[in-house]
Amino acid sequence: MAGHMNITLKVWRQKNANTKGKLVSYDAKDVSPDMSFLEMIDEVNEVLIKKGEEAIAFDHDCREGICGMCSMVIDGRPHGPKEGITTCQLHMRSFKDGDTITIEPWRAKGFPVVKDLVVDRSAFDRIIQAGGYISVNTGVTIDANAIAISKQDSDKAFDAATCIGCGACVAACKNASAMLFLSAKVSQLSLLPQGHPERKSRVENMLQQMEDEGFGNCSNTGACSVECPKEISQEHIARLNREFIAAKASSENV
Amino acid sequence: MNWFISAVSSSVGKKIMMALTGLFLCSFLVVHLIGNLQLLNLDLGLSFNTYANFMSHNPVIQTISKGNFIIIIAHALIALFLTRQNAAARPIGYQVNKGSKNSTWSSRNMGLLGTILLVFIAVHLYHFWWAVHYGGSIPSREYLTDHGDLSSYTDLYQAVWFAFSNPYIVAFYVFSMIAMGYHLYHGFASAFQSLGLNHVKYNFFIRAVGFLFYFVIPALYAYIPLKIYFLTCSSSCSH
Repeated sequence: MAGHMNITLKVWRQKNANTKGKLVSYDAKDVSPDMSFLEMIDEVNEVLIKKGEEAIAFDHDCREGICGMCSMVIDGRPHGPKEGITTCQLHMRSFKDGDTITIEPWRAKGFPVVKDLVVDRSAFDRIIQAGGYISVNTGVTIDANAIAISKQDSDKAFDAATCIGCGACVAACKNASAMLFLSAKVSQLSLLPQGHPERKSRVENMLQQMEDEGFGNCSNTGACSVECPKEISQEHIARLNREFIAAKASSENV
Repeated sequence: MNWFISAVSSSVGKKIMMALTGLFLCSFLVVHLIGNLQLLNLDLGLSFNTYANFMSHNPVIQTISKGNFIIIIAHALIALFLTRQNAAARPIGYQVNKGSKNSTWSSRNMGLLGTILLVFIAVHLYHFWWAVHYGGSIPSREYLTDHGDLSSYTDLYQAVWFAFSNPYIVAFYVFSMIAMGYHLYHGFASAFQSLGLNHVKYNFFIRAVGFLFYFVIPALYAYIPLKIYFLTCSSSCSH
């Protein structure tokens, strides 16, 4: 059909966490420019299945840019060449006929490869469990606006709360640091009064957990914010640093 | 004490150490530059040698100078430790990596730039600091002071002018100052981010003062050897 493209894919194939993987070439024929990147892989997989080969394993869920599952480094950039989107929001019109596209999994010690392009991101869950929550008493429902929060603070907290935990920040960072993710979670809760009871322990424990998971140290390259599908700002990392300094200087945890 | 050690050795703590040592070294750059600019005075070294003599004999300055050595070593050692940790955080790298699309070259090459600067510092110290303190190869020159008596100072001025008549030494210094500019292009602003100072009220000042540190100061440092080279060349190359 007119406008359709033929593309060569080089995809990371790895049987499981214990085996070595390698890049394998596949032809994606007759690709519509209106397809999403994931639909294109679906079609390649259909051909593979018909041939009796194993389909390319990749994470995906909502396919509307809010779940954060579709982790792929496409031609050296998390979620591909466009900014502020996830892989499911990337369309084949961003590529040209005859292009060769390299697809690799997130690379980090904290994100071990499970199979092909699928990585285990449960390290993020454990970082959240270390303090990314607030304590709420049960009982009578409290009036929604009982606690006044300034518009500026609620906006900033919301900006941080848009983090979908996809891990593109780690994938983009040359140090595989999870600092943007961590800072978004810490920032969101420390800006709101509801987050104050655990404020100091939260930042101490969550940072400790990030280090224990084997993520690297932030060196302020800013790559994470550029590749973040929700465009979370470096300002949150600065806030995390302030929170950490204040907590270490004043918390009761000696 | 336990909390303090865990704070300093944490990921954020090490960044803060990098920031504080880096900013201290930035303050050193200003002082050192003001002194070095005396090299361009065509007074047979009176102002520069007086300054150099003061710096190498004043006990307060000498103490700060020792601290400066410790801070340079600390900055390099913490950086080495961070680099090793960061490399371990990604055991398998990417086959295709487009870092240039999301970050500056400086920010991705601070280790390389820092290593160039460390080599520069070693060579620079060997050239002048070692020669003054331990080399014994630099003659003295006598000056008439305001009080009417003669003072004898090590003629570092003449030694520097002689060194900078060599185009290879000049090229090495200029190259190192370009590396310093790139190092500070990321490093200066990054230090403030590490200290948590990223705020709409301060960012303008950080950028403005940052320009002084990554452009104006390295350019002035590089200007000194270039100027001396062309001055000595215009007198000796004409023969």
